[in-house]
Amino acid sequence: MLAFILRRLAQSVIVMLVVALIAFMVFRYVGDPIASMVGVDTRLEDQEIMRDRLGLNDPFYVQFGRFIGNAVRGEFGISYRLQQPVSQLILERLPATIELAFASALIALVFGVGLGVFTALKRGSWLSGFIMSASLVGVSLPTFLIGIGLIYIFAVELQWLPSFGRGQTVDLGFWRTGLLTESGLRSLILPAITLSLFQLTLIMRLVRAEMLEVMRTEYIRFARARGLSQRAIHFGHALKNTLVPVITITGLQLGSVIAFAIVTETVFQWPGVGSLFINSVQVVDVPVMAAYLMFIALVFVVINLLVDILYYVVDPRLRVDAAGGAK
Amino acid sequence: MSELNTPGTAVPLEQSPIAPKPPGRIRQALDSDIVYSYTRSPVTIIASIIALLLILMAVFAPLIAPYNPFNPASLNLMDGFTPPNSTSFSGNYFALGTDHQGRDVLSTIMYGLRVSLFVGALATLFAMAIGISLGLAAGYNGGTLDAVIMRIADIQLSFPAILIALLIFGIARGLIPPSQQEGAAVWVLIVAIGLSNWAQFARTVRGATMVERQKDYVSAARIMGVHPIVILVRHVLPNVMGPVLVIATIGLALAIIEEATLSFLGVGVPPTQPSLGTLIRIGQQFLFSGEWWILLFPAITLILLALSVNLLGDWLRDALNPKLR
Repeated sequence: MLAFILRRLAQSVIVMLVVALIAFMVFRYVGDPIASMVGVDTRLEDQEIMRDRLGLNDPFYVQFGRFIGNAVRGEFGISYRLQQPVSQLILERLPATIELAFASALIALVFGVGLGVFTALKRGSWLSGFIMSASLVGVSLPTFLIGIGLIYIFAVELQWLPSFGRGQTVDLGFWRTGLLTESGLRSLILPAITLSLFQLTLIMRLVRAEMLEVMRTEYIRFARARGLSQRAIHFGHALKNTLVPVITITGLQLGSVIAFAIVTETVFQWPGVGSLFINSVQVVDVPVMAAYLMFIALVFVVINLLVDILYYVVDPRLRVDAAGGAK
Repeated sequence: MSELNTPGTAVPLEQSPIAPKPPGRIRQALDSDIVYSYTRSPVTIIASIIALLLILMAVFAPLIAPYNPFNPASLNLMDGFTPPNSTSFSGNYFALGTDHQGRDVLSTIMYGLRVSLFVGALATLFAMAIGISLGLAAGYNGGTLDAVIMRIADIQLSFPAILIALLIFGIARGLIPPSQQEGAAVWVLIVAIGLSNWAQFARTVRGATMVERQKDYVSAARIMGVHPIVILVRHVLPNVMGPVLVIATIGLALAIIEEATLSFLGVGVPPTQPSLGTLIRIGQQFLFSGEWWILLFPAITLILLALSVNLLGDWLRDALNPKLR
């Protein structure tokens, strides 16, 4: 177990180093850092002195090492656009994105599993057929159109829900949350649904496929023969055995949800990390871009690691395999 | 794929005097499984007609568009916000209304389709070119080259394409001098979307190539001393094209959506050359003031385009998959 985790940890560190290298190259070679700091009327000699003082004339590996050292401490320099430390900008906006991502993951999980079980058990009914074809249409529609459609129906026509922003937030000191006020919760609904739809269809199809497979197995037939109630068979025996892949996929998808949040945050003007990134790309705010790249990579690597460990804990067969393989 | 005959018809033997005359090429093509499954699927027929109409609209936009929306001389600001199916202030008729600058929505959609399809198609071709060459190289050589290419593909596949395209776009923006950005934007977009989608092709081609490599015709060519590149391009490539076509069709739909998303986010094509995504971005500003047509018609066009191409891809996948017959 320990050896397995250590090996995965080492792989994660390598991936992070590669991403850091890319981020560093972006940081260092896209545009001239000096030119973005000083005006055109600064003398060339002064620019050279600055270059020296900032260590931009050092060899490549020294600069890269310094970049890594700063990155580990969470320092990515000052945003060109907003003139604030990048780490502070990201930390300020992180709660909004995390709340959005988790709310959408929750919606996706609850409805995805529910609809998946329903469509698997009632395979022939017209409602399942309708849900399945609706999910196909949902997958091929771009996220931003779904968001705009929801805004049009619920904010413009029905005027039930707000169409932009986070509503009122409560500052808990380290975390600015929108979950404690009514307007905050109401603002969360539409973006969370928009962001969840893709994951929802994915989980639904996965649960349906797994359920159909499990329902054909011997132990389900045996459970029937024992005279267990339908509910105990469906939820106690069948569903339980479909959950391992569902956990994996949901976990792995959480990373892409944070990335997909870029689109949702733009549509709903949600003040999160994604909208910060998109505004930085528009004006080539390099420090923010590099920091966001590192941040997303970290999220992906951590989630991957957690899912691997979780998998290992949940599925006893893997433990046996690893013990046999490790010798 | 047209050489595959339907299960009922016997393969004609040319040496045998009693064998029936081999059917002509057109007859043979019409008898193939592909055509059969096409005529049996009304959804596919409708999807292909819609896709064809949209493509024709895009190609012939300068000829059939009622107005030229990018010629400032023909625009009249007083015509702005004309509702659909009505006559404007200046007496012109607009079937789908006008936007805030008085541009005809129908014409901007036609020109927007042009940009969307152009970017989508070229980006897919670019992704295909990279993916196929890397996939062939990886599958044929194996070893370290294979491991390196596939590792990169794995990492890239675990990140959403849109994020990769955004990063490439951002980097390119920093490298290109501001004066040339306007002109280069479309090409940067094509490269960004292409680079974010190559991994699917590489993975599929690599798998198919590894299977083909074991076959006798490849060994025969190798023994004859044919150069590996010639073997790959002339012998292996035609045999792995089936799955590639399926991925390319679905990839085209993805590329169109990706382009629309990037343009919607404001990092795609310049506003002087709006694509469907840009039009939707513009239309969204007028959602609350009641000018729904500026948003609705481009959105419907994008949905129809993405959906019809997607359905064609799904059908092609099923039609080319012998397991499902």
